[in-house]
Amino acid sequence: MIGLENIEKRFGDNVVLKNVSVEIDEGSVTALVGPSGGGKSTLLRCINLLEIPTSGTVRIGSDALTFHPGGKVATSAIQKLRRQTGMVFQNFQLFPHRTAVENVMEGLVTVLKWPAERARERAMELLDKVGLAHKADAWPATLSGGQQQRVAIARALAPSPKVLLCDEPTSALDPELAEEVVEVLSQLAREGTTMVMATHDLRLASTIARQVVFLDAGGVVETGTAREVFTNPQRERTKRFIATLRQEAKGGHA
Amino acid sequence: MPHWLQLMIDSLGPLLWAALIFTAPLTLLSFVLGLSLGLVVALIRLFGPAPLVPVVRFYVWIIRGTPLLVQLFLIFYGLPSAGIVLDAFPAALIGFTLNIGAYTSEIIRAVIGSIPKGQWEAAYSIGMTWQQAMRRTILPQAARVAVPPLSNTFISLVKDTSLAAAITVPELFQASQRIVATSYEPLILYIEAALIYLAMSSVLSHLQGRLELRLGRYGGYLEAHK
Repeated sequence: MIGLENIEKRFGDNVVLKNVSVEIDEGSVTALVGPSGGGKSTLLRCINLLEIPTSGTVRIGSDALTFHPGGKVATSAIQKLRRQTGMVFQNFQLFPHRTAVENVMEGLVTVLKWPAERARERAMELLDKVGLAHKADAWPATLSGGQQQRVAIARALAPSPKVLLCDEPTSALDPELAEEVVEVLSQLAREGTTMVMATHDLRLASTIARQVVFLDAGGVVETGTAREVFTNPQRERTKRFIATLRQEAKGGHA
Repeated sequence: MPHWLQLMIDSLGPLLWAALIFTAPLTLLSFVLGLSLGLVVALIRLFGPAPLVPVVRFYVWIIRGTPLLVQLFLIFYGLPSAGIVLDAFPAALIGFTLNIGAYTSEIIRAVIGSIPKGQWEAAYSIGMTWQQAMRRTILPQAARVAVPPLSNTFISLVKDTSLAAAITVPELFQASQRIVATSYEPLILYIEAALIYLAMSSVLSHLQGRLELRLGRYGGYLEAHK
């Protein structure tokens, strides 16, 4: 349902992604893993066009946009594609001047022009789903990191996107708070939400991802099911990386 | 009753009247217009078309680099030589508006720039356009950071309007000068004028505190993003 074809991204002379192609099925969960600077966040951000690929094609459902070096793509076309996605950020990025429920309503009211009452109803359902209906009127500053991230998940889901993109959703959280976020995301996965996440949280990736894409130095090193990549990696580079992740997990580091 | 007190009480009426019909409107109008101008200038400097950027930079450079009193004289006494004759009040209004526009544009530019990039991305990620992100996400947060420096500018402006006396606007300070001309009591009258400015500034400081509390009710920015 989501296709990334021959994506290349350069910042000046620096090639961050080269010739990356990934196919994501509807209802599946894909984890982009790999070392920092390997390109997983950039690739994720190319899906909702927070980063504009230098070249390549991004396809969501029946909409596709192809980019060329030096070519201009209309803002409206970018917006049309982006509105089919929702995103969860590493640092939550809730709107601090809006309460939890207002954060979730924001996209519905401002972008989709829903009447406030209907938006509030939908927002309350979503807050309930992430276990935070009782915090609806709280300011983000008064919520724990895990709670903020759950509100952020509800905010991303509010406009019913075709895909939920998660950029390191647990890495700013201590293990206990990360757990509550993993639980919410696994529930969404069970319900068939299409998700793509950039993560180095082995627990998160192995718990809920069906497909794993290992990226290093801007290219795809290995792709496979979570079981294959985590228990029986084929490439030397992947083996080394998985081994360090396991060590970290044992050592109790985030 | 001592002579000085009697004089102060007698002159209070005319002074307050001058403050009410000249100082207050001049301050409020030039602040509102100047702030709007400052917003436009700041947006051009941050996001505007490249050819306009040097134009607004030039404007800010000129206004900040020359004395306000000289600017007022140029507008009121200088422009008639170029065929542009303005009444005193509109001349003062233009001078103060241009001045406030330059100073507040720098404040607005700084506070908009201080909102983290992640807030723009969060706004875009839920589908907002640039305008929606600006209006709904960036400006409300920037406004809160801007209250203390903008209040500074506003309070300075209240006092600076006394410069309009020099271009014949009969505002508070000029009213006190007139009474001095007949009573020969500069010490008493100028103290009284100073006290009225002090009272107006104090009220504004108090309102600033209230506004900060109101805008700050959602807690610290850093707290929300740690």
